[in-house]
Amino acid sequence: MGKSELKLIAKWSSPYVMRVRIALNIKSLEYEHFEETLNPKSDLLLESNPVYAKVPVLIHHGKPICESLVIVEYIDETWSSGPSILPSDAYDRAVARFWASYIDQKWFPSMKSIITVVEEEERKPYFEVMEEVVEKVEGALEECSKRKPFFGGDRIGFLDIAFGSFLGWLSVIEHVYGRKLLIEEKAPKLVKWAERFAADPAVKGLIPETDKLVEISKSLQIKWRAAISKK
Amino acid sequence: MADEVILLDFWPSPFGMRVRIALAEKGIEYEGREEDLSNKSPLLLKMNPVYKQIPVLIHNGKPISESLIIVQYIDEVWSHKSPLLPSDPYQRANARFWAEYIDKKIYSTGKLVWGTTGEVQEKAKNELRDSFKLLEGELGDKKYFGGDRFGLVDVALIPFYSWFYTLETTGNFSITEEFPRLVAWAKRCMQKESVSKSIPDQYKIYDFLLELKKKIQPQLQ
Repeated sequence: MGKSELKLIAKWSSPYVMRVRIALNIKSLEYEHFEETLNPKSDLLLESNPVYAKVPVLIHHGKPICESLVIVEYIDETWSSGPSILPSDAYDRAVARFWASYIDQKWFPSMKSIITVVEEEERKPYFEVMEEVVEKVEGALEECSKRKPFFGGDRIGFLDIAFGSFLGWLSVIEHVYGRKLLIEEKAPKLVKWAERFAADPAVKGLIPETDKLVEISKSLQIKWRAAISKK
Repeated sequence: MADEVILLDFWPSPFGMRVRIALAEKGIEYEGREEDLSNKSPLLLKMNPVYKQIPVLIHNGKPISESLIIVQYIDEVWSHKSPLLPSDPYQRANARFWAEYIDKKIYSTGKLVWGTTGEVQEKAKNELRDSFKLLEGELGDKKYFGGDRFGLVDVALIPFYSWFYTLETTGNFSITEEFPRLVAWAKRCMQKESVSKSIPDQYKIYDFLLELKKKIQPQLQ
């Protein structure tokens, strides 16, 4: 497959982009990486994702696919001869999709709120949500892994990708606010899983360095706070 | 072995309607159990401990939650009849994209239209109009969002047709006039038995939503 057939509109700091990159790695796919600055948004992005104007966007043979989990499923279905990303059993697929959706609804919005709000007191409820998510995802790992190393079993799969893509940003939260969330006492399986995930060949090198993310979180904080005061 | 299929449901829920439609499309026999959401059954709490919400499909004792996930599960397990997703991966991705869009926008925006007044309502109305316009664009000249075949996106959106009377009355605008293609699409869907028997009468929904509005308006405004 020539590089020109696959293009990814990306941003180094985005956990959603990371999901797609992991999926492409799992299938050993070559692609053209187009780094989006988002400031301003490129014409390519605006044309390829007119509904949301967000990354990631995968462009295959000139046709765009948007929304990270939709893209991951597309990759899995299109390159079906490579290692599977979604579970093969329909019920297991439903469970994986359920937890991925749960993570999307709860995890990043809480992180974003923690970064955006000003007072320590205001952060408390969001930390509580994140702690609850950790607890539930620890349970999900137990349920889905069936005693194997990953949510996907022997190899990383859909749910590993959905959750693992946030490990970089989790470090930011833990670092900046001095509050560890993925801890041995609360989530022993997840702690070990996180190490295995980060070391996986498809993931290596993709988790951004915490320092760089902390830097960018400062400008995001300004942007997000400004957006609220405008309302 | 006969399949045991139970649906925990609540008659006015658009999300419940989606699952009813999918089950009907596939001709699946099931036991529908009506939940009293002010007094949730132990079964519901056990089968959906994370959200404690309907719809929940229980297939041979195993629960599946979240309406679009349930619909895809139904499509994958009962794959011999009435496919709801196309076979081409690009078209599947496109269907999933639009189903997710509908999930993100229509319920929450629609709720603000019938649930609030003044500036908040006006803003929501315009957002809803933008969404309907976008959806009409996606529909184009097709019979259904799925093309010739009724599919996932149609299933995702059609339950909200039961809200149209309420939206028009509370929002004081005409969806029929402003979005004729969307309404024509909705009427085509309603001609399908699987759809018409799954969606309650618009006036019953209106009464229900007005009652609900009394309870929740302070929070929304």
